[in-house]
Amino acid sequence: MDDVPLIRTQKPDRSAPALALTMLFLATTAFAADAIDPAALKRLVQQDCGSCHGLTLKGGLGPDLRAESLQHYDPEVLTSVILDGIPDTAMPPWRPLMTEEEAEWIARYLQNPEGK
Amino acid sequence: MKPFALALVAALWAGTAAAETIATGDLGLVIERATGSVLLVDQSDRAALARIEGLGDLSHASLVYSPDERFAYVFGRDGGLTKLDITTRQIVGRVVQSGNAIGGAISDDGRLVAVSNYEPGGVRVFDADTLEMVADLPTGGKTIGLVDAPGRRFVFTVWDTGESWIADFSQTPPQITTIPGMGKNPYDALITGNGRTYITGLFGEDGLTALDLWSEAPEPIRVLPGYGRGEQEMPVYKMPHLEGWALTGREFVLPAVGHSQVLWIDADTLTETGRTQTYGQPVFAMARPDGRQVWVNFAHPLNDTIQVIDTVTKEVIHEFKPGPAVLHMEFTPRGHEIWISVRDANRIMIYDTRTFEKLREIEAESPSGIFFTARAHKTGL
Repeated sequence: MDDVPLIRTQKPDRSAPALALTMLFLATTAFAADAIDPAALKRLVQQDCGSCHGLTLKGGLGPDLRAESLQHYDPEVLTSVILDGIPDTAMPPWRPLMTEEEAEWIARYLQNPEGK
Repeated sequence: MKPFALALVAALWAGTAAAETIATGDLGLVIERATGSVLLVDQSDRAALARIEGLGDLSHASLVYSPDERFAYVFGRDGGLTKLDITTRQIVGRVVQSGNAIGGAISDDGRLVAVSNYEPGGVRVFDADTLEMVADLPTGGKTIGLVDAPGRRFVFTVWDTGESWIADFSQTPPQITTIPGMGKNPYDALITGNGRTYITGLFGEDGLTALDLWSEAPEPIRVLPGYGRGEQEMPVYKMPHLEGWALTGREFVLPAVGHSQVLWIDADTLTETGRTQTYGQPVFAMARPDGRQVWVNFAHPLNDTIQVIDTVTKEVIHEFKPGPAVLHMEFTPRGHEIWISVRDANRIMIYDTRTFEKLREIEAESPSGIFFTARAHKTGL
């Protein structure tokens, strides 16, 4: 099972839904630490980033994070800000709480919320 | 006399029939942050009575009550100031007074409502009846820690400049006093129940700064400077709140920033009297009204847990997990029960504060702040 490249978002095969569902379940369990869970990450952005940047991300104690305000940033820069924070500001490093892949996903999601 | 007495009885009876009396003293409102609504709740019945919708972006929203406990003024994140009549359960006034707001206060006489703004930074003051703006006080920065103080005053502080302002509305035009040097990046503040001491917590440095509002010319008083010295500071995923002025006899208790501790401070001398290690970084440290217990919730990702600290021994006496994302707590005015909002369970949980037994769950949409009407009669709330 280890080499099955399944992620949670993959749609089960219509011809074998039960098998696909089983594999999905196993994969989710096996790769729980690595899997990207878009619903959970969207919730984190809204609720936890939102506690400083506003529920609608238009800014609060922290700056505006809406897509139009972030377009000119390199996604890698945003990813590193998420992971390592900005010293001497209220932006904390999120590395203890998420993987690099998750941070990268969030950076892309912020720049293109419709695409996720 | 007989016909007169009869008429009086008839008149009283008619009056009772015509107008139903609605008592508001045991009611409250719960912010439903994601849906822009508030839930009207009854503390004695432990029940939700009604949902009032159409209040805009209520993330981080708070509210204050009119002195008669009939009207609530809700401060939304989107700059909306909404006046609710809780007897008719309707919105009776609403202005969008800025682009980005963070809390508010009502003057001691109930005539003025002030709102603290991030964008544009400053405080705007409104007539409590009409919601017409009566004063605009730009501060040049994000304004936090707005409280009412006795003598028709408001006190607030600027995150960017570390300056506190006292706006005295007992005279026209209002008299403004600014006090620089409060410290780096003040994030919130509170005022003691007697209206004497204003304390702001600092994010940019370890410590707090107090003002003695009984003084003719208040000066910054450093409280616990460098309280985390020598200890590794942890990332802060949620700014603590200074609310509810947790006075416990002679001491009060405050959440530390970047450390898993609450700090005990002597109310007279403003010196440290102890520390209690906690489960995570505290967000709220709230004293039960009698001062015997302090209930603490924590920042993400440890926000499913509450600890209860005994204020005599300063030790944790109870720890439990109400559910995912505990955002706020409100005691009944005499402290026999506590209502806790558990955002991701979409529930308000009600507990007995002596037995810790859960008494009831009430459904609510992403609940955050809980505000009972008894706040109407307390300075700083």
